[in-house]
Amino acid sequence: MENYKAIIEALILTSETPLTLEKIYAVLNDIEKSEVKNTLQQLIAEYEERQSGIYLVEVAGGFQFRTRPELSPWVKKLKGTKPASLSPAALETLAIVAYRQPIVKAEIEDIRGVDVSAPLKGLLEKKLVRIVGRKDVPGKPIIYGTTKKFLEVFNLRDLSELPTLRELKELNEQKEVEAIEEISDS
Amino acid sequence: MADETTGYAIKLDIFEGPLDLLLYLIKKNEIDIYNIPVALVTEQYLEYLKIIKSLNLDLAGEYLVMASTLIHIKSKMLLPAPDELSEEEKEEDPRSELVRQLLEYQAFKEAATALQGRQLLERDVFTRSAPLDDDIEKATEDEDELIEVNVFELIDAFHRLVSRIDKKEYLKIDLEKMSLTDIINDVMERLNCEKNLTFEELLGEETDRRRIVYTFLAILELIKLKMIKAYQTSAFGVIRIFPAVES
Repeated sequence: MENYKAIIEALILTSETPLTLEKIYAVLNDIEKSEVKNTLQQLIAEYEERQSGIYLVEVAGGFQFRTRPELSPWVKKLKGTKPASLSPAALETLAIVAYRQPIVKAEIEDIRGVDVSAPLKGLLEKKLVRIVGRKDVPGKPIIYGTTKKFLEVFNLRDLSELPTLRELKELNEQKEVEAIEEISDS
Repeated sequence: MADETTGYAIKLDIFEGPLDLLLYLIKKNEIDIYNIPVALVTEQYLEYLKIIKSLNLDLAGEYLVMASTLIHIKSKMLLPAPDELSEEEKEEDPRSELVRQLLEYQAFKEAATALQGRQLLERDVFTRSAPLDDDIEKATEDEDELIEVNVFELIDAFHRLVSRIDKKEYLKIDLEKMSLTDIINDVMERLNCEKNLTFEELLGEETDRRRIVYTFLAILELIKLKMIKAYQTSAFGVIRIFPAVES
């Protein structure tokens, strides 16, 4: 059993993108899938326990080794590059695409109240947003969605890990309350 | 009122848009978002627009649209509701649509902040892989110098390919449905796998005229969206297509 753990560890290390379960199954086709999952959990726990410089994380539908966040000052020093940060406009646009995808540009603009051409272009260039298709309405507007890279960069396992929008939830709840009140009134 | 106007001048934030400005005013005045005093907010909003104008900053049209919306709501609220209106019509608050918009925008603003607060790759956490910047520079120096191609050179390449097609092919009727989106996805997928491709490689043995045209359109569209870049090593050389950003 120890053997499998070493194999999986090696596979994750050599994979450029988060290594999916499917790929591990394909390599280790002679062991149970549940065994693979258990081994992965063991690995995650081991790295956690060792408090080493790296940890194993489940992200963007796969598994990846990453450096611990508290070590970032040193890693940055080695790399010598400043990460390209997103402007507030780009972040807002990205959040809207993430929560409301698939979405067309006009719908994003409705929510933000301003033109989003520039931030949207930037997000496409950074590969955080991609073109999913074209909507079948006059003008055939482009439909946008987030990419796997978005999940990787923002440390998300999948889209369902996005926290629910607070105010919208409250708004919906209030509507429900109103609806109930109306029913009880009549 | 005079005190408040000087307050604006001191703290002029750069707002992300009219909704952002409104949210700021609501927060500043500690207003209940469900019960906005429209007269007060409109006055302050217009005051801000004046300041933005006086600073000669570009005032986006959206700010003016919001100003007219606010004034419209204000006037609606001043008018006494006619008695003959049905119960339902009377109940509708002219502010409700604006409130919904503000709440929605506020939610996404918060979501954006929450995203920024996560452990970001290349900011807080790093993966193995990426060669250091010095190494990248060395590697690219060794390769042939690349010249960015323009649209006309792309069109030339397209002509060369089209002329390759057997004339007989023109009569073939193909019922296979093809959309530009499919081809765009196809091209991006192949580029992500292969890292770079020539225009010829991208088409392979394809002789279907429509497919060639579509692929050409896909490339133009992708270049326009800045998702790919086209280079050639010398004039009339082979055109190579690269993804704009390495994944």
